[in-house]
Amino acid sequence: MDWHNYPEQGFFDENIDQGRPRPAFEGVARYLATLGIDDLRRRQRDAELAIRSMGVSFTVYADGENIDRAWPFDVVPRVISTSEWSRVTAGLEQRLVALNLFIGDLYGDQKIVSDGVFPAELLAESANFRPQCVGVEPPLGVWAHICGSDLVRDADGTMYVLEDNLRVPSGVSYMLENRLVTKRVFAGLFRDLDILPVDSYPARLLELLVSLSPRKGEQPTIAVLTPGIYNSAYFEHSFLAQQMGVELAEGSDLVVDRDDCVYLRTIEGLERVDVIYRRIDDLFLDPEVFRPDSALGVPGLMRAWKAGNVAIANAPGAGVADDKVVYAFVPEIIRYYLGEEPGIPNVPTWICHDPDQRSHVLANLDDLVVKPANESGGYGLFVGSHATRAERVEIRERVLADPRNYVAQPILSLSTAPTLCDGALLPRHVDLRPFILSGEEHYVTQGGLTRVALPEGSLVVNSSQGGGSKDTWIIDPTVK
Amino acid sequence: MLLSRVAEAVYWAGRYVERAETTSRIVKVQTELYLDLPRSAGLGWSPLLAVTGSDERFDVDRDDRSEEQVIAFLLSDHDNHGSVIASLAQARENMRTTRSVFPREVWEALNELYHWANDNRDDAVPRRSRLMWTEHVMAECQRLIGILAGTMTHDAAYSFMRIGRHVERADMTSRVLDVQAGTLLEQPDGQPYADLTWMAVLKSVAGYQMYRRSVQTGVQGPEVLRFLLQDTLFPRSVQHCLVEIARDLLVLSHNDRIMGSCARAQLYVEQARVRSLAWDGLSPYVDGLQVHLDEVHDALSDAYFQVRPHSSPLARATA
Repeated sequence: MDWHNYPEQGFFDENIDQGRPRPAFEGVARYLATLGIDDLRRRQRDAELAIRSMGVSFTVYADGENIDRAWPFDVVPRVISTSEWSRVTAGLEQRLVALNLFIGDLYGDQKIVSDGVFPAELLAESANFRPQCVGVEPPLGVWAHICGSDLVRDADGTMYVLEDNLRVPSGVSYMLENRLVTKRVFAGLFRDLDILPVDSYPARLLELLVSLSPRKGEQPTIAVLTPGIYNSAYFEHSFLAQQMGVELAEGSDLVVDRDDCVYLRTIEGLERVDVIYRRIDDLFLDPEVFRPDSALGVPGLMRAWKAGNVAIANAPGAGVADDKVVYAFVPEIIRYYLGEEPGIPNVPTWICHDPDQRSHVLANLDDLVVKPANESGGYGLFVGSHATRAERVEIRERVLADPRNYVAQPILSLSTAPTLCDGALLPRHVDLRPFILSGEEHYVTQGGLTRVALPEGSLVVNSSQGGGSKDTWIIDPTVK
Repeated sequence: MLLSRVAEAVYWAGRYVERAETTSRIVKVQTELYLDLPRSAGLGWSPLLAVTGSDERFDVDRDDRSEEQVIAFLLSDHDNHGSVIASLAQARENMRTTRSVFPREVWEALNELYHWANDNRDDAVPRRSRLMWTEHVMAECQRLIGILAGTMTHDAAYSFMRIGRHVERADMTSRVLDVQAGTLLEQPDGQPYADLTWMAVLKSVAGYQMYRRSVQTGVQGPEVLRFLLQDTLFPRSVQHCLVEIARDLLVLSHNDRIMGSCARAQLYVEQARVRSLAWDGLSPYVDGLQVHLDEVHDALSDAYFQVRPHSSPLARATA
């Protein structure tokens, strides 16, 4: 395989540097060279067959119905060196320590607000702040137990945190399944290279959930709470429940009794539940407290949680830190609570709420991405370089009408990784979502889910919008 | 631990798979009988609708009780929730939401069967391909049951699957008796095709050969009734199904009430006077049996599927 003709196009490539494999990719490149492109294409087909027979799927809503689609996967792994990864791991742990202190502070004394570091009016207008959670002290002081942070790399090779998903982050099951697939199709490589394993995640997650149980010394009963089969991440909910050997429950399977404890409806009668790993948004959790029309949740769940009779991960209200305006403050938040400099930088972010920053944004729309503060999945995004005149007028009006709800960032030149496209290896833009567990200690996945935008030039990595995925290998280049 | 919702979904999956198999068999046997009998026998397709309890539904959806319409309705109509294709679709959906309790092979077998039946649904109706289609469905349903028996832990979930199968089977056998035998009994004495029709009754529940082994005399009404109601060894007799349900209930907790329902149904079947029923009163008798089967289902649902807070040990203790 000749990397000299690989068209890097001026972006930072994860695996290739000026026609040469980067040190961590050398071993893989040597192996790929022994295969040749035809064999690689065969392995890609093998991988796709394996994914179909393993039933790895995601659900998309299209043409009025839910369709179960095979998970899109590219066989060429994205490689990161162990030394870089240990810096990333430390940076993510630091971030989660600070974010959990921040969330606890907001629902407690709000010192960061009274000290003038975080503006009171931003808190007052936060869509994800839940007044119902004020005064609650969850076990270990942790609110965001499971976090998926999106990392991107710019043209100069700097790794940034793009966002922190603290509500119900998904994707970890695909990280695990991707590894099973690459082990099948590149069995030889795993013998010859030391690729850090990812498969301990379900065990670590279970350990974390067990540690939250309010009934110490007893075998806790744990349930994954899913919105049900029509949710796009249902496969993951079912996968994680199976991997951990815990119950997969829907809201109607749970009931809160007069003793403010949560029970599962089983054939033996009611069984007390100690820990709920919920994959339902806050507002649907408990119709007594949040949206009264929610059929997905459990009436009385918040009562049981506040009474300390059940642990919920992530804790209700944790999403307050999952807001693109809060994101802009994370470096300050880290300095405030920890007295440290952030290990991984933020993408520079202008907050439209601030008049000076807002005029900068409105004067430089062509060079910026403008984002609503509380959307996920890439919705409502304005990209200045690709916008029409009408879109520019519209975003200006929207920002002026509701400045609190908008932030802006420079347009990043996302890094690329070699990807099999129509039988040739071409650079395609990627991001990376590692998962961070926070409990008595922290655990960061060794790698994460690399998402790849498959169409040429595209920056959209979401699987619902034509994105694919890659396995992510953390390799020590000094071990030969 | 087995969630009530999961137990219910598994129970219904057992019923749906059984329904797909028995409906396929009834259609196959009726088709063969139709080909055997001369037109003057006046055999129609309406009894099939009565057996599957879908008379009313059919008349709402369709206008003409022709062979083609009735068969399409029973085998390949997605809108008829009792059709073979809809039963397979519902069984598959139930298994998709309860995959964790089943071995992977079971899910894959059912998934493949559904896709096959759906992809080839145009073959279900024409006579030249109908027998092949129904036989394939029956064979695959039986393969599924075989994989379950051979690879699934025989735990509570397995018991619920079996209970569903046997409730459905007892229900189907009693309906076949009611409708097929009922129409036969209404005919004047000595009608020329009585033997053939009683044989069809037996074949509709896969019992012809086993009947011949068990009963040395010819195919006679009272003996057929005794065999399909009371024989304890033939797997599709009503009594055998009830015995199997009781056996599976043994492994479940707080089973007193449903055991009682089951015992009452068994007693009702044991006390059937088959000799006189073969001439008179079969239809009200089967109605009574259906009531007993409904009670078994309701007791099961109350005990295991409808768990409410007031029935919790804690609520009971404090009440």
